[in-house]
Amino acid sequence: MFASIRHPVAATRCLGRLPSLSPTSSATSYIPQPRRTLATVAEGQPKRTYGGLKDQDRIFQNLYGHHGTDLKSAMKYGDWYKTKEILLKGHDWIIGEVKASGLRGRGGAGFPSGMKWSFMNPPGWEKGNTPRYLVVNADEGEPGTCKDREIMRKDPHKLIEGCLVAGRSMNATAAYIYIRGEFYHEASVLERAIQEAYAAGLIGKNACGSGYDFDVYVHRGMGAYVCGEETSLIESLEGKPGKPRLKPPFPAAVGLFGCPSTVANVETVAVAPTICRRGGSWFAQFGRERNSGTKLFCISGHVNNPCTVEEEMSIPLRDLIEQHCGGVRGGWNNLLAVIPGGSSTPILPKRICDDVLMDFDALKDAQSGLGTAAVIVMDKYSDVVRVISRLSKFYKHESCGQCTPCREGSKWTYQIMQRFEKGQGREREIDMLEELTRQVEGHTICALGEAFAWPIQGLIRHFRPELEARMREYAALKGGETRAGGWDHDARIKGELISPGQ
Amino acid sequence: MALRLPMRLVLQGVRSAATRVGNGYRAVTYAPQGAGREFSSATVGGRRSDSLAVHRDTPTNNPSIPFKFTPQNEKLITAILSRYPPQYKKAAVMPILDLGQRQHGFCSISVMNEVARILEMPPMRVYEVATFYTMYNRSPVGKFHVQVCTTSPCLLCGSDAVMKAVTETTGLKPGESDQEGIFTVSEVECLGACVNGPMIQINDDYYEDLNANTTKYLLEALRQAARDTSGKAEIPPPGPMSGRQSCEPAKGLTTLASPMWGPEVTRPDL
Repeated sequence: MFASIRHPVAATRCLGRLPSLSPTSSATSYIPQPRRTLATVAEGQPKRTYGGLKDQDRIFQNLYGHHGTDLKSAMKYGDWYKTKEILLKGHDWIIGEVKASGLRGRGGAGFPSGMKWSFMNPPGWEKGNTPRYLVVNADEGEPGTCKDREIMRKDPHKLIEGCLVAGRSMNATAAYIYIRGEFYHEASVLERAIQEAYAAGLIGKNACGSGYDFDVYVHRGMGAYVCGEETSLIESLEGKPGKPRLKPPFPAAVGLFGCPSTVANVETVAVAPTICRRGGSWFAQFGRERNSGTKLFCISGHVNNPCTVEEEMSIPLRDLIEQHCGGVRGGWNNLLAVIPGGSSTPILPKRICDDVLMDFDALKDAQSGLGTAAVIVMDKYSDVVRVISRLSKFYKHESCGQCTPCREGSKWTYQIMQRFEKGQGREREIDMLEELTRQVEGHTICALGEAFAWPIQGLIRHFRPELEARMREYAALKGGETRAGGWDHDARIKGELISPGQ
Repeated sequence: MALRLPMRLVLQGVRSAATRVGNGYRAVTYAPQGAGREFSSATVGGRRSDSLAVHRDTPTNNPSIPFKFTPQNEKLITAILSRYPPQYKKAAVMPILDLGQRQHGFCSISVMNEVARILEMPPMRVYEVATFYTMYNRSPVGKFHVQVCTTSPCLLCGSDAVMKAVTETTGLKPGESDQEGIFTVSEVECLGACVNGPMIQINDDYYEDLNANTTKYLLEALRQAARDTSGKAEIPPPGPMSGRQSCEPAKGLTTLASPMWGPEVTRPDL
């Protein structure tokens, strides 16, 4: 979800560092010469390529509906195997395994999961007598993202077992799965699976015979994107409008119903049992350092075969599209741009897409983000300004209205973007729009402010010539450069201006 | 802006909205269009909001219409309440409002008041919830609520054509219901089936991988089913309408084709 961009400080720091590298490297014309030494070891490591995950290492085996969602088939393919033993190892062991696996939150922010879960067990936690909750964020609403839906409707037992294992590691008493309201059938599948698990004694009192009590409940949302933010999800779960809360206090201290809680994404929770069963080191062997593991990628838009697929982290974007989606429509050279991680991550033009790796750090270095790994592909025939403008409309619709910069800014940016679609504006206004987005980011309670600012910034960063060309075209059509605010050059003569000063 | 409109147009707009309300269907929420400034703040985006946030009494929706949950739903309410801590009964407001909406057909003011009574919370808190979330229909909807996703991933894959097919087949613009009570058309934001775009949601069902032809076929079939009194007319099954099963690549699997693993991969020391 758009929690991806909750760290504006870190991000700006990264953006600031990038340009400083290039002048130094271009200024010195130092060419490294091979130096003769006595050592005979080959220089450097052979370059490792990522991608090409084997089926044996895919966690979500039922992604394409190979078998049923019932408990029996889930157990046949490895779910609920030795769960009791995992639970009996205790919370430190589970958190240790998750830390060793290098799992980072799959909801977008990419925060190390082991660390996040350990926040629930500060010194003296056992003295508390309140309930403690794990809240699973299944309010998947980010345009482009449709991975959690596949987990819930095809592998519900992975999620339920994940709730138990992750809940045990946080010493939680219950888990609430907050599923978006539109996913009615997914919620039914999940509900059925939970009943099966209760009937088999896997959850509930004395879960799996481990002596640990744990309940799992489903709560359906009712259509609000902003409820994907953790504090507004908690508000919504408490029966209020989903408006984000200020942090601190963080949910790990005061969360759902005033009790310690942790909000985690469906995919993060669902991979936890497999990590514990196969070992953290197994999971850590995939992907680059600090970006390890496997990941569900959803590739939509102008590819030949849009699909959801589980792949190794750090797979090059080009390989991902060409191996699994049959390539971009009309070939790779027909590619215009890619939104690499769901709608709130900035767009990347083709020249960056050529060799970018799909992981948190590589995409951050490319001034974008992995987000939820929802790749939206656009070919050269698509109207990139309209795509971003439509996203602005989305954010205008979904802004909860609590913080002024987001409530007003999302509407203004949408109005301006609507004009820019037609080229109805002047070049100066592009900078104004950019400045407007800079005024929003970091000044809102939740990350929705950044979420609508960043795609526009990405568009201006990479497609400014396109915007300017449209404006020139429009000006030529109207016979003069448009005035600020979108007025035609002859609006005054025609008597269309109504307010003084325009 | 309204000042610059001829008074006749303003009145006409009000009157046409009122007749629709009188007939028991959703009021048209479009702002009056067509005058001078195209991009003034009032007309950008066509509508000011999806639906009016305030309640206006109408013959079909006013507090004097009684509403009671059926005994069957009463049982469900007990089950729902058991999921939340007893001192946080109001946490159940969303599922119970949804239940009321399903029973009554839409989320009327009487439903909200009844939910407030059951959960012992001020009615205003319920109204807040019902106006905040978009899935509570506070005005009547047709038998089939056609929700067309037009957000960017669907837009790229041709949701314009789907939208056009929907408006042509039903004769409705987004936000309108037909006189027969069969269709209500809405334009909605991302529904989370992006690799299966473009898609529409009809009531609870997702119809995916659409194009103009399949959309027309689907809507015609639904219309027939609604008009058919014998109850035998078939409704197309939900899911992708292109022959795909779900989210797999359309031209054959690229993964998960080899034999699957089971418990045998578990580490030995567990």
